[in-house]
Amino acid sequence: MGRITLDKVSKSFGEVEVIPPLDLTIDDGEFVVFVGPSGCGKSTLLRLIAGLEDVSGGEIRIDKQPATHLPPAKRGLAMVFQSYALYPHMSVKKNIAFPMKMAGIPEAEQERKIADAAAALNLTDYLDRRPGQLSGGQRQRVAIGRAIVREPAAFLFDEPLSNLDAALRVGMRMEISELHKKLATTMIYVTHDQVEAMTMADKIVVLRAGVIEQVGSPLELYREPRNLFVAGFIGSPKMNLVTGAGDLMQGAATIGVRPEHTAASKTEGRWKGVVGVSEHLGSDTFLHVHETGLAETVTVRVGGEFDANHGDTVYLTPEEDKIHRFDGEGLRIA
Amino acid sequence: MATQHSRSAARIMMAPAVILLLGWMLIPLTMTLVFSFKKYLPMRGGDLGWVGFENYVRFVTSSAFWPAVGTTLVIVGGVLVITVVFGVLLAMLLDQPMWGQGIVRLLVIAPFFVMPTVSALVWKNMFMDPVNGLLAHLWKFFGAQPVEWLSDASMTSIIMIVSWQWLPFATLILLTAIQSLDSEQLEAAEMDGAKPLSRFGYIILPHLARAITIVVLIQTIFLLSIFAEIFVTTQGSFGTRTLTYLIFQRVLESQNVGLGSAGGVYAIILANIVAIFLMRIVGKNLDA
Amino acid sequence: MARAVTTQRKTINTIFAWAVGLLIFFPILWTILTSFKTEATAIADPPVFLFFDWTLENYAVVQERSNYMRFLWNSVIIAGGSTILGVIIAVPAAWSMAFVPSKRTKDILLWMLSTKMLPAVGVLYPIYLLFIKLGILDTRVGLVVVMMLINLPIIVWMLYTYFKEIPGEILEAARMDGASLREEIIHVLTPMAVPGIASTILLNFILAWNEAFWTLNLTAAKAAPLTAFIASYSSPEGLFYAKLSAASVMAIAPILVMGWFSQKQLVRGLTFGAVK
Repeated sequence: MGRITLDKVSKSFGEVEVIPPLDLTIDDGEFVVFVGPSGCGKSTLLRLIAGLEDVSGGEIRIDKQPATHLPPAKRGLAMVFQSYALYPHMSVKKNIAFPMKMAGIPEAEQERKIADAAAALNLTDYLDRRPGQLSGGQRQRVAIGRAIVREPAAFLFDEPLSNLDAALRVGMRMEISELHKKLATTMIYVTHDQVEAMTMADKIVVLRAGVIEQVGSPLELYREPRNLFVAGFIGSPKMNLVTGAGDLMQGAATIGVRPEHTAASKTEGRWKGVVGVSEHLGSDTFLHVHETGLAETVTVRVGGEFDANHGDTVYLTPEEDKIHRFDGEGLRIA
Repeated sequence: MATQHSRSAARIMMAPAVILLLGWMLIPLTMTLVFSFKKYLPMRGGDLGWVGFENYVRFVTSSAFWPAVGTTLVIVGGVLVITVVFGVLLAMLLDQPMWGQGIVRLLVIAPFFVMPTVSALVWKNMFMDPVNGLLAHLWKFFGAQPVEWLSDASMTSIIMIVSWQWLPFATLILLTAIQSLDSEQLEAAEMDGAKPLSRFGYIILPHLARAITIVVLIQTIFLLSIFAEIFVTTQGSFGTRTLTYLIFQRVLESQNVGLGSAGGVYAIILANIVAIFLMRIVGKNLDA
Repeated sequence: MARAVTTQRKTINTIFAWAVGLLIFFPILWTILTSFKTEATAIADPPVFLFFDWTLENYAVVQERSNYMRFLWNSVIIAGGSTILGVIIAVPAAWSMAFVPSKRTKDILLWMLSTKMLPAVGVLYPIYLLFIKLGILDTRVGLVVVMMLINLPIIVWMLYTYFKEIPGEILEAARMDGASLREEIIHVLTPMAVPGIASTILLNFILAWNEAFWTLNLTAAKAAPLTAFIASYSSPEGLFYAKLSAASVMAIAPILVMGWFSQKQLVRGLTFGAVK
């Protein structure tokens, strides 16, 4: 069905190697998220899989068939683009029908599939509209509809939610997750937003400068980040990475404490510091604490009722069994 | 974005345009270059063999050469000054709020769409004719002696006709440029106490500098080769023989192809000097 | 934010601008008026502006006597044929440069422009000679080819700037959806670029229609378009002002209308995208 294997795949643009040789296996039915800061090569990797770019070396196999040199259309994959890439001159219906028209599927079958997709995506009332007359969320659904009707071996999503506003993004996130559960088709999803990665993925692939930093389930990455980069990237707010914390170091060069694994008190605790900013979210409060002697700022999450203001002295205490330790190279110490 | 497949497709699809233009450029250019080193008189013996640089020397030393250069420069320069100065003023005027702005715009740009032979003929006969021309009537109305425009004031006349044709072009481009000026900039300057004249000098004019340069360069290239206006009005007489017209006469009228071709090479070099500057500006604007 | 302007200032602007606009337009207006006069009224002293006996006689005479329709038809074929041919050749080239740019794309574009800047007179004789050798002197085919070639750089350039505005992702989507290159261009790119292609056609039709170097030098009786037809009035016939005017109006009217529609594209097309 939709098992995708990358074997020593690499990509260079001229002299610049953006992706050094890389191995990755994506299992059938898996929801895999490529995540990393902008410029990490995640979109390039997706485009290599799609066939929109040539690989500079290595092999891509889709369902054990070599696909490295197949044109995009022959790979049996569907893609949802960041800008949705809808055809502005065609109605919603024609947009969804386009891949089927190209494949020469009979009209009657096209009609049936369009109706199914439209019903599943709440687009039935909009079939005769042009993309320009739709909201961002609706356009996104049309793009997904266009992908669904092809019954692809895998769906590729290239930052599909980044053009939506925050509220809509949460909704669409869940719709895509639900779609995945329903179709049970392989999905590869590219994002720079670690929240999307954590909430949607079966498997997260963290990329930096074209190199895979870690592959694992969201909780694996959260609990056991393999190195400082993953530690800093996964989790919100970011893990505090501190040095010089005395006996807590236990031989590590850097230790990491997540804000949610640190307690704060006005009277006593391991580390003393001064509150710079306290952000009240209602349920929680984030304290950004300076002058701890550990890092410029240490962030802690406390309950919403904890009362601290700029300039107050607070004492912080990390949960010792939740401390992450990294060596001088930045690698996790087991 | 691109794969090997799309890159090779791109090369194939670009080929017709590139090959055609390459042929269009190289074949005649090579021929001109070859002829320019020959004594070549199609009506009087045809190809009479190689003569080295003789044509180049003869073209430059002929009595017609320097006057033609002078005429060309005066026409190009005169038209440039008139179109740029009035173009800036007109563009600023058209940018002001008014009633019927769209219609005024149409009136102003209309001359650009008139074919050169028509505008030359209309001006020559209906305006500049010393007996029945409208300008003659106007002069008489004020009690003045009508001017024999195309013989006594031939250069002025040609410059007037050509400026009339190109003023719309300059105006339209400068107007487009002015409209891209952020009005908040002007308001900020006004808040800072800048008077209208200094607002023009310090904000509007610098903003227009690039557009003016482009107008100057593009017009220069077209003006260097104006032909129909002279062909229809004076046929190059009364001191209106430009370099282009001189070459035309050498080649087709006196059928001295070698000499004319040498002149053509000069014209090509001249146009290229201007073109280089234009290409620089266009190229900068192009992040392909 | 446009500022509120006093009515008084707006009135002054309006009067002034209209005066200047009418002054610039006046030669065209005068030609139109004269074309409806009799020859006698046309040279009346003092000249008459509006109050004369309007007549269509000149238009009839011009059409009958000078075979106006043939010249018009030549103009249409030459301008239309060269433009359409140019667009057919330019669309694939512009697609390549806009969507599969390489390091050389910019150089190729600039080089194409540089061919446009070649002074025609510099290659007049070679072209003349080639036309004789190929037997296409004074034929419409010959002029269609020459007009196409001199406008091809502008056509490629304009299409390129329009195509650049179409997001590449849409074409990639088509590719993912299984469209071949041909289908991608026909079903996706071309319909999206229709406004741009239309204005390119319009502007280049105008340029080809008004071109007056090659049309004057490469045609005689058979293939001469309106530019040459009008030029033939520079001989004593030009003294018949009313007929000259009628002929002129017929030659410029359609183009004037098209030009007014294309004024926005004119800037883009003639400055090669350097002024937007």
